[in-house]
Amino acid sequence: MSNSIDLGRRGFIIGAASLGGGLALGFDIPFDAEPASGEPLAAPEVNAWVVVKPDETVVIRIARSEMGQGALTGLAQLVAEELDCDWARVTTEYPTPAENAARHRVWGEYATGGSRSIRGSQDYVRKGGAAARQMLIEAAANEWKVPAAECRAEKGVISHPASGRSTTYGKVADVAAKRTPPTHVVLKDPRDWKIAGKGVKRLDTIDKTTGKMIYGVDVTLPGMFNAAIKACPVFDGKLQSYDESKIANFKGVKKVVRVGDDAVAVVADTWWRAKTALDALPIVWDEGPNAKASSAETAKWLAEGLNDSQPAVTGDEIGAARATIAKAPKTVEAVYSYPHQNQAAMEPLNATALYTPERCEVWTGTQNGEAALAAVAEASGLPLEKCDVHKVMLGGGFGRKGFTDYVTQAVLIAKALPGTPVKLLWAREEDMTQGKYHPVTQCKLTGAFDADNKLTALHMRISGQSILSSVRPQAVKNGVDPAVFQGLVSNGEAQIGYDVPNLLVEHAMRNPPVPPGWWRGVNINQNAIYLECFMDELAHAAGEDPVAFRRKLMAKRPKHSAVLDAVAERIGWNSPALDGVHRGVAAFMGYGSYVAAAAEISVPSADKIKIVRLVAATDPGYAVNPAQIERQVAGSFVYGLSALFFGAITMKDGRVEQMNFDSYDSMRLKDMPKVECITMPSGGFWGGVGEPTICVAAPAVLNAYFAATGKRIRSIPLKDANISFA
Amino acid sequence: MTVLFVNGAKMDLDVEPDTPLLWALRENAGLTGTKYGCGIGECGACTVHIDGQAVRSCTATVGDAAGRTITTIEGLAQKGALHRVQQAWIDFDVPQCGYCQSGMIMAVAALLAEKPQPTDEEIDAAIDNICRCGTFQQVREAIHAAAKA
Ligand code: FES
Ligand code: FES
Repeated sequence: MSNSIDLGRRGFIIGAASLGGGLALGFDIPFDAEPASGEPLAAPEVNAWVVVKPDETVVIRIARSEMGQGALTGLAQLVAEELDCDWARVTTEYPTPAENAARHRVWGEYATGGSRSIRGSQDYVRKGGAAARQMLIEAAANEWKVPAAECRAEKGVISHPASGRSTTYGKVADVAAKRTPPTHVVLKDPRDWKIAGKGVKRLDTIDKTTGKMIYGVDVTLPGMFNAAIKACPVFDGKLQSYDESKIANFKGVKKVVRVGDDAVAVVADTWWRAKTALDALPIVWDEGPNAKASSAETAKWLAEGLNDSQPAVTGDEIGAARATIAKAPKTVEAVYSYPHQNQAAMEPLNATALYTPERCEVWTGTQNGEAALAAVAEASGLPLEKCDVHKVMLGGGFGRKGFTDYVTQAVLIAKALPGTPVKLLWAREEDMTQGKYHPVTQCKLTGAFDADNKLTALHMRISGQSILSSVRPQAVKNGVDPAVFQGLVSNGEAQIGYDVPNLLVEHAMRNPPVPPGWWRGVNINQNAIYLECFMDELAHAAGEDPVAFRRKLMAKRPKHSAVLDAVAERIGWNSPALDGVHRGVAAFMGYGSYVAAAAEISVPSADKIKIVRLVAATDPGYAVNPAQIERQVAGSFVYGLSALFFGAITMKDGRVEQMNFDSYDSMRLKDMPKVECITMPSGGFWGGVGEPTICVAAPAVLNAYFAATGKRIRSIPLKDANISFA
Repeated sequence: MTVLFVNGAKMDLDVEPDTPLLWALRENAGLTGTKYGCGIGECGACTVHIDGQAVRSCTATVGDAAGRTITTIEGLAQKGALHRVQQAWIDFDVPQCGYCQSGMIMAVAALLAEKPQPTDEEIDAAIDNICRCGTFQQVREAIHAAAKA
């Protein structure tokens, strides 16, 4: 994979020769829309998904970022499928965000989050592949003077069975590039897929086993300096002063730079020298309004928001839940809470910037190339056309690398050293304490039963933090952050699976002074724990089996119940578990996909949990690469269960208390059983796979813990209850 | 100047003896395959071999390593042939983001050198590297496959 297209290689169709005699084409987005100007769709020569080189190599262009989730491979499979090329000859490259901007966003959206990489671009990348195929066939047919409809293409070979002639994509690419792209293409029925839908291996593995893969942290440019940074450890605090003279004699130090109004960086020949000097630099912070903020205080404030007397907005309302609850012969109530958590990708945040008064370029692992480009332009003060971002492999992202704070900092530092490339790397401690954290919330749930033990009402009242009000305030209308209700409402791409006659979902927005951010799965993590642990409480109160209780309420939601049934069957729900082994289940929906999990655990002592077995089911509609989906699901369970057991970022005296993996731990190999993954695409819709399934691991384990001990744990993480892995 | 023997080569590096080996390898020797994850010996991303033993290079200093034989991920393949652990990693499509995998592979290579047929318990005890992508089940499968190779 190459990281960017040479900027000199524009002018695609007319300039096909400059691409080494290859074919490059693509489509405007959306494919079917008439361009506003009324120009024919085929006109723009700037659209490019596919390049076929004379040596038959097929270069597929990928706009979304690869951070371990396999999107690069999955997207390439979709294009290759429609193209009917030889998969063994496929390579990929990332067009840069500046190229995208210059070509009117021909490659569509770069942002990589919300499990959207495949489902959000499958349609136009497949059409890109299909159109390329058609043009290649037409080129051959034209040369042979036969109807294109009589020709076939397979594995990059075009043939005309009637005359026995054949040629290859590489041979006709040049001619094909000059043809008018079709205005209409027919996509294959996924049932006929040969490359997509298969568990092919990832395209980027070998370099990841030899140390050759270049991540942002490895970028090295000639004459490059390295920077270490510290921002005010109290959120919204400022940098007051620092005493540079104290590190004047430190070896290798080149410059000390004030970065914005809240941070200071030391630039040195090596990062280790920069960091050593920074640690010795006396810094005075203006701690500002949050100097005394604490998580304990936040928890109290959120608890107050659970009270009906406090203002709240409604996420969904069916029937009259409050009135039903008030009159019910039996009610059940519980309060759950979920903490701040750090994404803690293995690769700490970093960006390398080269600034001159004429141009500014950045090399970085980002989940949002276009936002990064905008940040470069803003921080450098240069127009967009004079900036670019070269995307490199991410050592994990999990949502954090969708932010651009570290890119801005890198550019500001580089601006102080025009002409010298500077790599900014955050120490793990900086990464841990300057986060964009999983939002903190609490939830009070109340269920009502009638005299026949039938669930008549469910009221969920969330109190706490909204991500959107911080990162995209324009998306919050009338105080409603719709994402807060993810998985709890009766419509949209994350629907509650239960039909309860009276449903009320509310949110009392309370935003503590801790920046929130996306964190793999985002709001389904806490919402699945809230709802699915409470459903278990309700089943218990009704004296019913947790699976049977759920299934009754899912009667009208066959896709929800299908995944639940699948995990129940696989774990053997209807037959007894081994001695000392206890089971729990959970089901949910997120990112358009239906998910469920079943867990078997043993509890050798009340403070130790051994996870014995995990089963996960995912219905993402279509499965582009089942092997990678399994890896996503199993991997997300490690991430989600690490969060359940260890994940809490807490604040005291305005400062984050966790500095590194010693106080913010992560599951190890010994703690994790194999995840038995059931991928059950039912077709007809496109759901995500990177995030949805994560959310059911924790509630399944918590419900199993109740089955084992009779104790409900309603506060995350388990380490706060002194529970750890056996 | 400090002299290190890395991947069979003698290197004269302009680095203080108290510098962590990790940073001398990455920045002075230009071997960026060894990764920084925590700097405090917790994550294992920086694992290299010193005299054949798996060592977390962020907590070893250049002084500790001077004069000893250091192998990094770049030096694991011998004469162009991948190490059986690397091959198993490819066969089982282990890496997701891949950032932890240099350290993971080095730790496993050292384990297999010592215990050619490790049990699951021995694997559990020896391999405690952090992988935030959660590749553990492929890691375990690949270790067993490499042990058989
Ligand atoms: S970087 Fe050395 S153990 Fe984490
Ligand atoms: S593969 Fe990403 S951290 Fe292990």
